[in-house]
Amino acid sequence: MEELQQLAIYVVESAMKSGATAADCVIQEGNEFSTTIRCDEVEQLKEAGAKSLGLRVFLGHRTASTYTSDFSHQGIERLVASALAAARVTSEDPCAGLPEPEVVGQYPEDLNLFSEDVTHLEAHAMMELARRAEKAAFAFDPRIQNSEGGSFDATYGRKILATSQGFLGAYRRSSCSLSVVPIAAGTQGMQRDYWYSISRSLAGLEPPEEIGRKAAERTVRRLDARKVPTCKVPVVFDQRTGRSILASLFEALSGESIYRRASFLAGKLGEQVASAAVTLFDDATLKGGFGSLPFDDEGVRTGRTVVIERGVLKSYLMNCYTARKLGLKTTGNAGRGVAGNPGVRPANFFLEPGPKSPEEIIRSVKNGFYVTEFLGFGFNAVTGDLSHGAAGIWIVNGELAYPVQEVTIAGNLLEMLQAITQVGSDLEFRGAVASPTFQIAEMTVAGQ
Amino acid sequence: MQQAHKFFEEKFGFTDSDLEKYLTAALSAGGDYADLYFEYQATSSISLDESIVKGATQGVSVGCGVRVLSGERTGYAYTDDLSPEKILKAAQTAAHIASGPARVTTVGLSEVKLPRNLYPIVIAPTDLDIAAKLDLVLRADQAARAHDSRVFQVRVGYADEVRHVLTVSSDGGIAGDFQPLARLSVFCLAREGNRVERGFSGGGGRVELKFFLEEKTPEHFAREAARQAVLQLTAVEAPAGEMEVVLGPGWPGILLHEAIGHGLEADFNRKKTSAFSGLIGQKVASDFCTVVDDGTLPSRRGSLNVDDEGTPTSQTVLIERGVLRGYMQDKLSARLMGAGLTGNGRRESYAHIPMPRMTNTYMLAGNSAPDEILRTVRRGLYAAQFGGGQVDITSGKFVFTASEAYWIEDGRLTRPVRNATLIGDGPTVLRHVSMVGNDLALDEGIGTCGKDGQSVPVGVGIPTIKVDRLTVGGTGSP
Repeated sequence: MEELQQLAIYVVESAMKSGATAADCVIQEGNEFSTTIRCDEVEQLKEAGAKSLGLRVFLGHRTASTYTSDFSHQGIERLVASALAAARVTSEDPCAGLPEPEVVGQYPEDLNLFSEDVTHLEAHAMMELARRAEKAAFAFDPRIQNSEGGSFDATYGRKILATSQGFLGAYRRSSCSLSVVPIAAGTQGMQRDYWYSISRSLAGLEPPEEIGRKAAERTVRRLDARKVPTCKVPVVFDQRTGRSILASLFEALSGESIYRRASFLAGKLGEQVASAAVTLFDDATLKGGFGSLPFDDEGVRTGRTVVIERGVLKSYLMNCYTARKLGLKTTGNAGRGVAGNPGVRPANFFLEPGPKSPEEIIRSVKNGFYVTEFLGFGFNAVTGDLSHGAAGIWIVNGELAYPVQEVTIAGNLLEMLQAITQVGSDLEFRGAVASPTFQIAEMTVAGQ
Repeated sequence: MQQAHKFFEEKFGFTDSDLEKYLTAALSAGGDYADLYFEYQATSSISLDESIVKGATQGVSVGCGVRVLSGERTGYAYTDDLSPEKILKAAQTAAHIASGPARVTTVGLSEVKLPRNLYPIVIAPTDLDIAAKLDLVLRADQAARAHDSRVFQVRVGYADEVRHVLTVSSDGGIAGDFQPLARLSVFCLAREGNRVERGFSGGGGRVELKFFLEEKTPEHFAREAARQAVLQLTAVEAPAGEMEVVLGPGWPGILLHEAIGHGLEADFNRKKTSAFSGLIGQKVASDFCTVVDDGTLPSRRGSLNVDDEGTPTSQTVLIERGVLRGYMQDKLSARLMGAGLTGNGRRESYAHIPMPRMTNTYMLAGNSAPDEILRTVRRGLYAAQFGGGQVDITSGKFVFTASEAYWIEDGRLTRPVRNATLIGDGPTVLRHVSMVGNDLALDEGIGTCGKDGQSVPVGVGIPTIKVDRLTVGGTGSP
């Protein structure tokens, strides 16, 4: 057995010997490599690694946690002692505790989360990738005369979890990305945008020239954007803004928001909360998925959850604690760093693609707003109210006509879900949350 | 602060000659400059939910970051193991950014003299027994529930940290600091019929625990969070469109942080990627506006004795009576732009590269009474409290979302409105400031700013101001 796995078991055993009635220990070890090329010159190179260890203890139904980066014998002793001291001051909470034995376990197949090629990168070769991507952006259009750079970033590491129930799990993960942020100058000031590719393996990245070209295309089309008069129109969200809306929806579906009644979806299980065009999954078992995991951060075996099926709310997303509060079963969505109680996080959370291409959806709109960028954090999960700064392209008679900026879009997420008329076929994962293009019948756009 | 220097010496047993050895390794491939950043951070937190204490967390993290600058290039590496071999290895990794003959480094290191201690702490909050902090969260819970029977959910969080830092640079300076930080926050839900609304309040600073017993009590934050949640129960949809907007004093200073603050960070201007690039000496605001960034305010959340590159903090005038005066600098940008240091080089932790960041950013008071400002507005929006904001540095467009706002009709506040996001253009919004109040207030110490994935604590402040034209993004009719 590896050293860190033995350490995790040792920490749990120490806690139990010191009087804990249950305990779990999580160890994270991570390495990062990043480099940025800006205007064809090397700007930054960073390379390092770190590790940390977290302990959660229970004294009956009381719980507390401690963390440290000091793995020495004294470091661990202090960690255990202060966890138990802290647990004595917390309250009895009948829902606190490790998972029920029947949900503990691991997904049996390899999920392809790790690729060896990310662990021994040659700095000059990675700089070359970033350089090629940025170069392609500059070559795309003469109006691109500046840039925040082309960047290559990689991380890889291990996660280990041991519990006093006898669970021991470990997995390795890797990820790398290549991105470009070009800046274009027009007659009315500058614009920037970006594009990136992300993969578990170096071999899985899109070609640098492709990334640079897309980044440049997105940037140039924002030049000389205008403000539009305040109106109510159909709105089409692209993959990027669609994903942001799904991330807000996740917050409202999380067991943490539901049990506190801090969500507009509380008490709506089994109800039609969205249009029939909406089917939503959370799936931890997609091969190579950015949110895929063999077990969650409490040691619960992961799987696939149907969250919304043809508009009907089928399941919330929960860890053990929130499931107990709601009298339901955990969906294996426990997530935590090394400090604190586990929270709830998405696995691969995505909207099922529909039949039409994004072009077909845009073509079906007479007068509307194609939204490609959000600014700000105006979402209230309690009420569902959503109000964001937005930029994008105005649609006139099914064509992308002119760029728009300095406007806001606002609505209520429950009403928005019910007004989703079309979902595109263009589902692509660039992270754990992913959305195809989709259209909402009508929203308020505030401008002049 | 020799205290910090001693702290690391005693805890990890290294001497000045070890430090020089690490710097020599960092400059072994050339490079113009190198620094070491040692950090020892201890944190503790308690969370209360449903009137019971559900969590308590304590922890420690230690590390050292090594940076090498060579022209516009930055090399960076870090370690969470302060053994000499690991620090040397990090120094050698960071050295790779440069390519040239080794540089002879400093002869002798000397302590950077700090003019004052902005947060003299007798008892660090992290040294207190965790039970001493329990009372704070319990009192806040009771006060929020007692405020109004419609309050049905209360969450309270208390968190503190102390950070020992030591910056050692190849220009010979050693700067140490001991940085405490504490925060109490209250989140409430109120219900009437089917309607549920939220309220939030919180604050703190670089303070001792007694701050929460004597100055800003748990009851103060609890009543404020409860008041906001209950108020929202009667709020109507915010209007949509351009209108006159009055911002209340204090936290609405986030307008300055988003609209102009980020755009005046030197890195964006050096690279000419900011909408403010090249505008020094030009008029960017009305005559009523003077805006400063000030890291030297005692005990404030955004204050520092010394920034994370070892430079003492200062007050920097950003805008003086409408004219753009200066940028906020870190060592890299100051060197490349030939500008002086301002003490704005900050980083989230030893694992992060420093960048120009804000400290406490605020607008100086004007002459108008707040009532007088309101009376000039026939129809508009009054924004009293905000949630978060964001800016696109390059286009200059910024947004921020009001968590407490009211309709103004005929110079008086009428109904509360909800779901209002304000959007504007950074380089022009302050030109439309037509009145500035005499009631400057700073926020209560809750702000955290994100840039390039790094979070740092900041402060903001503003008097009541009137903006003649700003777009309000609600769903209602104006």
